[in-house]
Amino acid sequence: MKHLLSAADLSRDEAVLILDTAAELAAVTDRSVKKLPTLRGLTVVNLFFEDSTRTRISFEVAAKRLSADVINFAAKGSSVSKGESLKDTALTLEAMGADAVVIRHQASGAPHRLATSGWIGGSVVNAGDGTHEHPTQALLDAFTLRRHLRDGAGDLAGLRVAIVGDILHSRVARSNVLLLQTLGADVTLIAPPTLMPFGVESWPCRFSYDIDAVLPDVDAVMMLRVQAERMQAAYFPSSLEYSRMYGLDSRRMAMLPEHAIVMHPGPMNRGMEISADVADSPRAVMVEQVTNGVNVRMAVLYLLLGGRQEETR
Amino acid sequence: MSATVLRGVRPYGEDPVDIVIADGVIVDLVAPGSGDGEVIDADGLIALPGFVDVHTHLREPGREDAETVRTGSQAAALGGFTCVHAMANTSPVADTAGVVEQVWRLGQEAGLVDVRPVGAVTVGLEGQRMAELGAMAESAARVRMFSDDGKCVHDAVLMRRALEYVKAFDGVVAQHAQEPRLTENAQMNEGELSGRLGLAGWPAVAEEAIIARDVLLAQHVGSRLHVCHVSTAGSVEVVRWAKSKGINVTAEVTPHHLLLTEELVATYDPIYKVNPPLRRAEDVEALRAALADGTIDAIATDHAPHPREDKDCEWAAAAMGMLGLETAFSIALDTMVRPGLLSWRELAQRMSAAPARIGRVATQGHDLVVGAVANIAVVDPSASRVVSGADLASKSSNTPYAGMELPGRVVHTLFAGTPTVRDGALA
Amino acid sequence: MDSRARTVLDDADIGRAIRRIAHEIVEKARGSEDLILLGIPTRGVALAHRIAEAIDAIEGTHVPVGALDITLYRDDLRLKPARALEPTTIPPGGIDDRTVVLVDDVLYSGRTVRAALDALNDVGRPAAVRLAVLVDRGHRQLPIRPDYVGKNLPTSLAEQVKVEVAEVDGVDRVTIWEGEDA
Repeated sequence: MKHLLSAADLSRDEAVLILDTAAELAAVTDRSVKKLPTLRGLTVVNLFFEDSTRTRISFEVAAKRLSADVINFAAKGSSVSKGESLKDTALTLEAMGADAVVIRHQASGAPHRLATSGWIGGSVVNAGDGTHEHPTQALLDAFTLRRHLRDGAGDLAGLRVAIVGDILHSRVARSNVLLLQTLGADVTLIAPPTLMPFGVESWPCRFSYDIDAVLPDVDAVMMLRVQAERMQAAYFPSSLEYSRMYGLDSRRMAMLPEHAIVMHPGPMNRGMEISADVADSPRAVMVEQVTNGVNVRMAVLYLLLGGRQEETR
Repeated sequence: MSATVLRGVRPYGEDPVDIVIADGVIVDLVAPGSGDGEVIDADGLIALPGFVDVHTHLREPGREDAETVRTGSQAAALGGFTCVHAMANTSPVADTAGVVEQVWRLGQEAGLVDVRPVGAVTVGLEGQRMAELGAMAESAARVRMFSDDGKCVHDAVLMRRALEYVKAFDGVVAQHAQEPRLTENAQMNEGELSGRLGLAGWPAVAEEAIIARDVLLAQHVGSRLHVCHVSTAGSVEVVRWAKSKGINVTAEVTPHHLLLTEELVATYDPIYKVNPPLRRAEDVEALRAALADGTIDAIATDHAPHPREDKDCEWAAAAMGMLGLETAFSIALDTMVRPGLLSWRELAQRMSAAPARIGRVATQGHDLVVGAVANIAVVDPSASRVVSGADLASKSSNTPYAGMELPGRVVHTLFAGTPTVRDGALA
Repeated sequence: MDSRARTVLDDADIGRAIRRIAHEIVEKARGSEDLILLGIPTRGVALAHRIAEAIDAIEGTHVPVGALDITLYRDDLRLKPARALEPTTIPPGGIDDRTVVLVDDVLYSGRTVRAALDALNDVGRPAAVRLAVLVDRGHRQLPIRPDYVGKNLPTSLAEQVKVEVAEVDGVDRVTIWEGEDA
């Protein structure tokens, strides 16, 4: 594995290897000396064209715990905002000797472009591209699901997961559908028809417009952030109507099986897609998702950089 | 009178003859080897009427870094063209007699093909006010085709008025059919793939709805309509229906929509970013069938040069468009002639006679008969080549066919009797 | 089994070697208090458990056993594709102020042990660290020497040594052969 661009790049065994590796690394994260010498001398660049403090910090912590040198390259306050192209930025990073580039970009496919253009020789990790994918988020979600519902081992065969919200614009949903399906889970997407991607019928999952019909039969429900701006584009009439029809409140949480967990990739829109009492309930695992994010990203960086690189430089 | 002889050439792939040309006109068709004059060897090659493109972006004035009238004319000649229609979306926009005359004059100076400027329908392509269509028609450029290409004339009233207005000088409105609200920020054909790639979809209905509206408008006001770059099976159905009702509509298809499909977008390589977007394989099939049965009248290149930096970037930031002039014949050969969908005579219709008629270019699109203006493309269908952007005469290199082996080669091009291309190189 | 290979230790030999190592550990440590055995995955872990059982049989105590994966501390990571991690399990109570005996199957260049010492350093501060190996085949590249050895096996660099243990391989055996990996 040279790059991590899409959850679709991962076979079941590769995905399980990442989760297993993350589980071993989680043990390290629990001890007092958290640092490992594994990636000493390697440089990881966090190239963020879009604000995302939480994802950037998660990757930064992950890289630093593996002793990599970390360079944060944010579009704001750098030459990118002055109109430097992705290509020139990439060439600059290549000249600085980046062994891996973790890229967040508002354009779908920008990480693919970086990985296949020949502009850089290092590994590329997609940290979220446009409305396309966010594979490490899907991995941390799978890790969280596995810990809670599959004793932290193996795959997710037979697990029933509902993903609710703005599926159309969600890179988290796309990566999760691909990864969870690879791991054997049974995914149901729930959204108003306007926020369902065109052609969803042919995706490897189910879909429904009726959250109440699905909730009693799932092991986990993943709520997605719904931006109020979508209202202007006529995706739904009002926040109130959205939260009434698709929001997770305590009434709906009570419909879930007892063992089911509530997830959210953050940042949450309390009162919109999730009510405050649900967000703060013991069934909500958002804080743990953040912790797991670091371990999963360490695992990805280790597996991409911790072995021999293909001779592409 | 000094004559030129195309020796041993096979008009439309038929029996070999010598075509004798004098004063820019075909003066005789005689048995091979018997023509008298300066000989251009064309033994066994096929002669077709010089190609006419109703849809070319020459970028001048304004984007001379991408293409100029001269480099575009060179590319056209090398592609077997003897006439191109230069689209209006230049900077400044070709929305006045002054700009169209400038482009026309630049074409004359280059002297390689007829450069027929297309006038903008609305001022600045902004879809608000009608441009001075009459002044452009009466200018030295004698504009007959009007288009806001790149943008759709989406205001129904404005479209109706433009369709009506051009009747006074036998003009035609060439519509870029794209409903703007349905395609805001659109990046690729809307379908299962766009959903998967997370690229905003460009629904077929955004094209089909405008075509449907426009053919009805054309019917209502009794005007002539031309539909640019038809790209979907649904559009074909609409055009077919309109023609069956006797509506005066013509349509074009680009070479790339006859060959390439949306799967290429999965590479996220913006070389495949184009407007209208690459569609599904079913659409390609429908377009080929429509071109074969005459529902679609013409092949038009939509040759759209872009400098490297406009493609050397992420998909969303990239410019839309592909080069087409120097590969159009090869694609037509590959997709239409070789599979038996078009005979050579029918190909000549689609690439020469029909587009000349659409653009009302009297000196182009003639059959290869005595008395015809000697606009001739001489091609070798048995040759092949591997396309390379760097080898193209266009100032830009954004060809989607780079690295592909394409059949056929334009060997000679004669523009009004004068060789512009000989043995595959500019004369 | 590879036809070129010859067996240098069989299951009985290995059993004797383990019992002898157990005796030596107890003798040197003057008992089994404060002892912790940490096996280096994969086969070192199985061997560590067997040595612990032998010590328990001698002393009637219960010596804690754990596993110490050293993958993340290797100095040759970039020479091979990334490896899957093996579990690290430290017995409850940790290693601080205890005598840790590292257990591995073969001692060769010494680099694995060097990595294990680094790994141990991040886990805690033992009173002492000892090294037990089933086979010492020589050719050290670092100044490291074992405290307890099952068998010294002089080899050439062209030879391969393979330790198999029943828990992992279904058989107890040490083989040696010339040439490429079997």
